[in-house]
Amino acid sequence: MTLLPNKKKDDGATIKLSPEILDLLAKFQQVELEDFEMEVGDLEIWLQPGAVAPLPTLKPAAPVVKGKPAELQRAQFVLPVETYPGKIVEVKLGATRGEGGTRGRSIVIGGETSPAYYTFERPVVHPPVVTLDVFDMEVPLSKAVKMHVKDVVGDPAAWAKLAVEKFGADMVTVHLISVDPLLKDAKPKDAVKTVEKVAQAVDVPLVIGGCGDPAKDADVFQEIAETFAGERFLISSITRDMDVERCAKFVKKNGHVALSFTPMDLNLARELNRRLYDFLGKEDIVMDLTTAALGYGLDYAFTNMERARLAGLMGDTELAHPMSSGTTNAWAAREAWLKMPPEWEPRELRGPLWELTTALTLLLAGVDLFMMMHPAAVKTLKDVVKQLTSDGKGDPAKYVKWLSLKP
Amino acid sequence: MNEKAKAKGGIKEISPIDVYKLLPKINCKECGQDNCMAFATKLVNREVLIEQCPPLLKKENEKAYKQLKEMLKPPVKEVTVGTEPNAKKIGGKLVMYRHEFTYFNPTAIAIDVTDEMTENELVNRVKRAEQFSYEYIGYTLKLDMIAVRSTSNDPERFRATVKKVTETTSMPMILCTLNPSVAEAGLMAAPKSRPLLYAATKENWRDMAELALMYSCPLVASSPNDLDTLATIAKTLMAYGVQDIVLDPGTFANEGLADTLNNFTMLRRAACKNGEELVGFPLMGVPMVAWLDNHETPEEIIKWREAYLASMLIVRYADLIVMHGIDGWSMLPTVVLRQNIYTDPRKPVAVAPGLKVFGTPDENSPVLFTTNFALTYYTVASDIENSKINAYLLVIDTEGSAVDSGVAGRKLTAEKVAEAIKTSGIESKVKHRRLIIPGKASRISGEIEELSGWKVQVGPRDSSEIPKYIQEKWQP
Repeated sequence: MTLLPNKKKDDGATIKLSPEILDLLAKFQQVELEDFEMEVGDLEIWLQPGAVAPLPTLKPAAPVVKGKPAELQRAQFVLPVETYPGKIVEVKLGATRGEGGTRGRSIVIGGETSPAYYTFERPVVHPPVVTLDVFDMEVPLSKAVKMHVKDVVGDPAAWAKLAVEKFGADMVTVHLISVDPLLKDAKPKDAVKTVEKVAQAVDVPLVIGGCGDPAKDADVFQEIAETFAGERFLISSITRDMDVERCAKFVKKNGHVALSFTPMDLNLARELNRRLYDFLGKEDIVMDLTTAALGYGLDYAFTNMERARLAGLMGDTELAHPMSSGTTNAWAAREAWLKMPPEWEPRELRGPLWELTTALTLLLAGVDLFMMMHPAAVKTLKDVVKQLTSDGKGDPAKYVKWLSLKP
Repeated sequence: MNEKAKAKGGIKEISPIDVYKLLPKINCKECGQDNCMAFATKLVNREVLIEQCPPLLKKENEKAYKQLKEMLKPPVKEVTVGTEPNAKKIGGKLVMYRHEFTYFNPTAIAIDVTDEMTENELVNRVKRAEQFSYEYIGYTLKLDMIAVRSTSNDPERFRATVKKVTETTSMPMILCTLNPSVAEAGLMAAPKSRPLLYAATKENWRDMAELALMYSCPLVASSPNDLDTLATIAKTLMAYGVQDIVLDPGTFANEGLADTLNNFTMLRRAACKNGEELVGFPLMGVPMVAWLDNHETPEEIIKWREAYLASMLIVRYADLIVMHGIDGWSMLPTVVLRQNIYTDPRKPVAVAPGLKVFGTPDENSPVLFTTNFALTYYTVASDIENSKINAYLLVIDTEGSAVDSGVAGRKLTAEKVAEAIKTSGIESKVKHRRLIIPGKASRISGEIEELSGWKVQVGPRDSSEIPKYIQEKWQP
């Protein structure tokens, strides 16, 4: 098992990384100690966390100065805990046999009564979930992503299985891009077949993604909604330029959930949600306020989501919906995939870190559902969520060792 | 954008009128504004400094000046590390959430060195930190400080190391040791350079306070995971006469991550929302605690963890962070995120549409188009500028959408492109009729040809390849 990259000292050139580093990122916890010991010598820096500096040779304490405190002046830090009039709606995704579907489990998102991870105030109600992207045809993928899915591209069912079984996806998004009239113009019946195969391969709740053509998507979504009535699929997405009434009706009638998508404008988000309320319950709507990549508008996306979440908690019910993020958009940033000069390489690490940074930023704005791509980014996001939702064990004695760490 | 600046503690809101009342009201224009009211508005928006009003600095206006200073004081104090022209300001935050106004003073990033490195290692590492640079839509992203740690606990070694660092770089320093004798040796090697002193604890605070006063340098109060004690140390230091304080609530990775975020969030909320003065200081985070992990953790994983910890701290209110990993792949997301979070949210997302000219194009020069989403436009523009190509760029009004989302969301349509060609006057500037379109807009290439009568060439999906594309594929 060659898990570690053979990294040479003063290696200014491109670092040759075996693809396994990414497996390692994903599976690190399971790796046994023996696997490493042989490789330790290859590492450039090896820290000795246990090494503690010699006991300080304190100089004689400064004499007490008149008029200045000789002792600590006690102060108390008052915990700044607040309450909020609003609460984020809980939305259930997926339905089990008992609930009218065929999924192995259903997942509830939302329900927050505090801003994201203010756990000093209130615990997290439902941890966020990750849905992995699966495409129904070949699409341009970055090298860092492709190396993990190359065997399953073109086979959505196998891809979904890989996402759930190997990459730990809570859900799977089936992107039906082949229905695009400007691409393959596949028929709604073909899309149904694709979804059928995926639904049989995995039993997690599904997200159904369209191609972006408002008329065609409505046709495809309707066919799928009716065929898979009761499954509580998340229909991704309903946009302002679609026949909103028609879409909302078939989503409601067949027991699914609508993803209300708007382009980074909270007024438009409120407006679309209001139109949906005529036909759908609040508990049938998740909203997507648009995700821009790190470096390419993430600041707008972050602030938009943070504002929406705070507004929802302050009682703006039109924004009090769980939020979904197309975090995969992180790969639209050239720094995520481009081959760059050696000092910025390897892109096999830079790329997933780009997606992870985008995800974690939005996690802190309050995102409940992440649509993601890279297994290492997914794995770390899930680890972080786990750490943030458990009781903190910050150890002061360990912390001060950063001062004496020896490279 | 009409949200008003929150005053200290968010208790009162400042209006330009309140500020105006304290100004000389003589409309002398010495500040460069048309009148005192315009200056008052700019002061409230933090676009000018009080000191830019010369009459206010006169003896007779001293009282008004002090009142204004107090009125405009941010709930998080601004602390200066180092000396001009290389001083770095940290903190100075007016609000907790960036949409409430904007954030000032981007999180400073310090790279650590130790007093047990060889001279070569030390100099190379400092130079590497100093030379770190990335060009991003017109900004140069850099690192900010050097954190010198005494791992030897030997005053002599520390003195020599600090001296070497000051000889090598003009970046501001953080002197890191809990031993006052060692700290003093370091300060003696850089007596006038106003480094940040790390740290005063509940044990050594008196000695550290004396040193901070003697060398007039800012001082970190450190109390990991104990905010009562942190407030206690801050209170004591203030009583001692130390004014420039930085707070270190401890940084914990992995199993302590929840504590880290909670501590930073609580401190910032207490300062900005409740006007708690004892914690109204910049916050320091130490992502390099990721290196405290077990021996068996591979280096790439440690760097990965350190990088995402840094990013989370930047989002959650850290004003200064100390890092050990300095690799490009792990540092790039951190510095780009910092730039994003500290972008002024009051600025528009879109640039003006229309025809932009690059270099000195003639009737045979290429014509390209892009969208008016600010980031798309600046990225494309800088790629064209840097390659010194002579070209025309049509900026289409997509209501601030990028190319791919514009095509998907019908904000970027063939109609709009055809319309822009007609109204921009480009047809009288070039004699060819060939348009290079973004690769991500290839879906609408046929429609563009139909509606505009121009021939379409589908260009690269990423604008970094425009120079190469034009060189190889453009023939007028």
